Amino acid sequence: MGSNMAENHPVAFQWVVDAQRNGARVIHVDPRFTRTSALADTYVPLRPGSDLAFLGGLINYILDNGHQLSEYVAAYTNADVIISDEVALPDDLVKLLSGYDPDSGTYDATAWRYAGVEQPVVAASGKRGRHPDRGGGETPRGREVEEAERDPTLSHPRCVFQLLKRHYAGYTPERVAELCGVSREQFVEVAEALCANSGREATSAFVYSVGWTQHTVGAQYIRAASIVQLLLGNVGRPGGGIMALRGHASIQGSTDIPTLYDLLPGYLPMPQAAAHPDMASYLSALTAHKGFWGDIDAYLVSLLKAWWGEAARADNDFAYGWLPKLSGDHSTYRTTLAMLDGDIAGYLLLGQNPAVGSSNGRLHRLAMANLDWLVVRDLVEIESATFWRDSPEVESGELDPGEIATEVFFLPAAAHTEKDGSFTNTQRLLQWHEKAVEPPGDCRSDLWFVYHLGRRIRAKLAERDDPTDLAVRELTWDYPVHGPLAEPSAEAVLAEINGVDAHGEPLAGFAGLAADGSTACGCWIYAGCYAEGVNQPARRTPRWNQDAPASRWGWAWPDNRRILYNRASADPAGRPWSQRTAYMRWDAEQGAWVGPDRPDFPASRPPDYAPPADAAGPAALRGDDAFVMQSDGKAWLYAPDGMVDGPLPTHYEPHESPVRNGLHAWQASPARQRLAHPHDPDNPGSTDPAPGPPDPFGPHAPPFPFAITTYRIAEHHTAGGMSRFGRRLTELAPELFVEVDPVLAQRRGLVHGGWATVLTARSAVEARVMVTDRLRPLPVGGGVIHQVGVPYHFGYGGRATGDAGNDLLSLALDPNVHISEYKAATCDIRPGRRPRGAALRRMVDEAADGHHHKGAG
Amino acid sequence: MGLADLLGSWPVWRQLRGPDRLGLSQAVTSPATQATASPTAEADHVAASVCPFCAVGCAQRVHVRDGEIAHIDGDPASPVSRGRLCARGSSSLDLVAGPARETTVKYRAPYARQWSQLDLGTAMDMIADRVIAARDASWQERDADGHRVNRATGLAALGGAVLDNEENYLIKKLWTALGAVQLENQARI
Ligand code: SF4
Repeated sequence: MGSNMAENHPVAFQWVVDAQRNGARVIHVDPRFTRTSALADTYVPLRPGSDLAFLGGLINYILDNGHQLSEYVAAYTNADVIISDEVALPDDLVKLLSGYDPDSGTYDATAWRYAGVEQPVVAASGKRGRHPDRGGGETPRGREVEEAERDPTLSHPRCVFQLLKRHYAGYTPERVAELCGVSREQFVEVAEALCANSGREATSAFVYSVGWTQHTVGAQYIRAASIVQLLLGNVGRPGGGIMALRGHASIQGSTDIPTLYDLLPGYLPMPQAAAHPDMASYLSALTAHKGFWGDIDAYLVSLLKAWWGEAARADNDFAYGWLPKLSGDHSTYRTTLAMLDGDIAGYLLLGQNPAVGSSNGRLHRLAMANLDWLVVRDLVEIESATFWRDSPEVESGELDPGEIATEVFFLPAAAHTEKDGSFTNTQRLLQWHEKAVEPPGDCRSDLWFVYHLGRRIRAKLAERDDPTDLAVRELTWDYPVHGPLAEPSAEAVLAEINGVDAHGEPLAGFAGLAADGSTACGCWIYAGCYAEGVNQPARRTPRWNQDAPASRWGWAWPDNRRILYNRASADPAGRPWSQRTAYMRWDAEQGAWVGPDRPDFPASRPPDYAPPADAAGPAALRGDDAFVMQSDGKAWLYAPDGMVDGPLPTHYEPHESPVRNGLHAWQASPARQRLAHPHDPDNPGSTDPAPGPPDPFGPHAPPFPFAITTYRIAEHHTAGGMSRFGRRLTELAPELFVEVDPVLAQRRGLVHGGWATVLTARSAVEARVMVTDRLRPLPVGGGVIHQVGVPYHFGYGGRATGDAGNDLLSLALDPNVHISEYKAATCDIRPGRRPRGAALRRMVDEAADGHHHKGAG
Repeated sequence: MGLADLLGSWPVWRQLRGPDRLGLSQAVTSPATQATASPTAEADHVAASVCPFCAVGCAQRVHVRDGEIAHIDGDPASPVSRGRLCARGSSSLDLVAGPARETTVKYRAPYARQWSQLDLGTAMDMIADRVIAARDASWQERDADGHRVNRATGLAALGGAVLDNEENYLIKKLWTALGAVQLENQARI
């Protein structure tokens, strides 16, 4: 679901086809019929933005028919925990969950407590540790979670299991079918197939991509899938799990070692100004009672040692004070608005093209015209480097190069073949690529750029005496350089990421980290990638000489483990759930967990182990606490913290939708983040659609009656910098097109191969029309929904040109992760090309004001 | 040419006598094909690499001849990709050695209508000066509520999803030390 794997991850899809040949059943549930659908055994078209209703329907189906793997659920999840009776239950799906403050539009997660536990439970991920009042004093490790009231029979009316049943009771096959635009039979067919292929004897896997994440409730989509998989016992087992297919060579790596505002390497949260003024408060808020987040002090101190070396000492809080502190959201869309306000002087684009790729591209182009200076590092002259000369805003007269003060530096980048380094793929696998040739001309790696920029900055700061410069001046920044270009050694950086022990020897894994300052490690989850001084990501034992998980090809974090939470591949007693799905098991004779993988569990801890009362961190894990990152050792069906928009996923409509929410009194998620700006208006009539059956061609149709989704195609890559400027791929896919179904084409007078203009309150985009049955009118709420599909790769630069599809979208964001809703909005579509010059903005502004001429139909 | 040679040049004969009984490979090659060498055959050096497009991480072999990349193909040894590359991965040579590639620094002065040239060292020095100036101008020791924040709000960066882990590591390290918190990448887009 939410993925077109055959086109966007083609070479990985060979394994799906292999599995199919071995008898697996492949089901594709997605708005568009794609090559993935063509190869699937079953294709189910569903309305964009309705996946969570579908997933809620699956949860209801599982629970209603008793298809859960009960022993797994009872042992490995928090199904038995009783929730505080202060938590208002959403039992009639009309009330909101408690903790909502309508003034701020946010929830207070402390309202979602476990019964008997006063302090919030520490989440393993998400927005966590924001409670300055948590911990401290006598119980810094939050042991109170052990006191949570539980009901092992799962029958207490307020236990998580019963709460799930009630929350999803309304997601019946009939209602789900009606909401999603699928037939009841199709929904039940999928649910039955999933349940029949799960349990002791078999496992099922979910695959998703940005079709799930790019929604105002995107993170809750993933949570809902996690609940499905946990109920069915499909996590931590071979052939199970939830596979996030990520889009870029090292986007996983850039999340692990984050070029992201809210994280430090290894998913340590960036400190918050109010909650974490010093290390004690940071650790008190974020240290988990049990599991591997119990050792967060060792991870953080080792990171600070890697960065500041001798200057990070016990008597100065290991230089914790030098870390900048956050106050709220500093994400990319916020930053863009700050540019429009004139608050950002300088901006660096490192292989990224927001003029094309980001939601509402016009807003980003106008923002860049408001900078003092901009650095663009790329292989080719992308649109973000030329917005001041070639952008649609220059054409429309909104921008005049003679009035844009922005200085632009274009620095050509080295290609992957011209530098050493590691990528982390979508399976957490680090793979090294070797330099084959020197980069041409002025081209340089980003390693070269950052290292030498830092070197120059440090030299300049060394000449003045300003205490605020200490963090830069004391930074460890001595990397060996080599070759004619003075290229820093990537392997030396990898060694720093891996870290060293008290004797300066490379760490073998994160278990060797200490909180006393004796170890240094740049990213704790990567500890071991340079074990024994060997570049582990560079290992390439051919697949024909490998063990089953191919453990000698590259290196997977953490600890070269290929399946996470694999303790759950065995039952609570340590036996495989079935011979067919056997993976890791407890071997009593050896006193160890054995199997083809590295156990994701203390290696010699028996299944019946009960820790002493004063144990903390990994030592406090019971023998059946399979979810070793969780502060209670259990997978969370109900999330008492970490999510900012509710402990249980709930179906909300997209920010802009053609229909009313058929399951809930609230239309869209009340906690969604909407960055209000005059350049980013909503489509009139789409945030609060009229009740009743959608009738896109009737006299009372809203001005933006169609569902729009933007997406990628097999022949191009993201914002086009790596595909639209070359010869090969542009030959395969030379220009932008828009996909519409035959009924919509006929009603709106759109001709296959002709031009159409897609319109929102943000922009108008012209494209060649592709009339196709791949998009189907979907019966929803007694009416019909038509979809418009727009690939987003194109821009005005390069060889394959076209309008940028994402210009149509708005800054409606998921509040957990601040990702925009690319996958579901509303639009209108008209025959013919869009206006040129100032007439373009007039057309869009009229649409935004709601002065809208009705279409031909 | 003797009879044996003559017979041997006849594809039907080769198909009947040789291992290629279906006539799909060696049996049906022409002298022109035989004279053509694969760009991979004459490489001086083969570098182990990884496809730079999507996150599947297909393994590539980069064949270098006379200091230039002659060909990029899939590495059959990979347990991830078994030697395969998709349309994007197969276009890698066009990406790294195609005519669209920019190889010189370009500079656009304020209010200019065209690019001008700039020496790389000068550009680096100018950027270093600008980073320091923007940092100084936007330095916040405390936020509006009086909490210590030690940050520079006038600097921002975007990118990293196509960069190496080592590159992202240095970016995060330098940016954080400078106090610049607005650092983001495609994972948020
Ligand atoms: S070859 Fe295709 S599938 Fe493989 S990593 Fe490259 S883009 Fe992804």
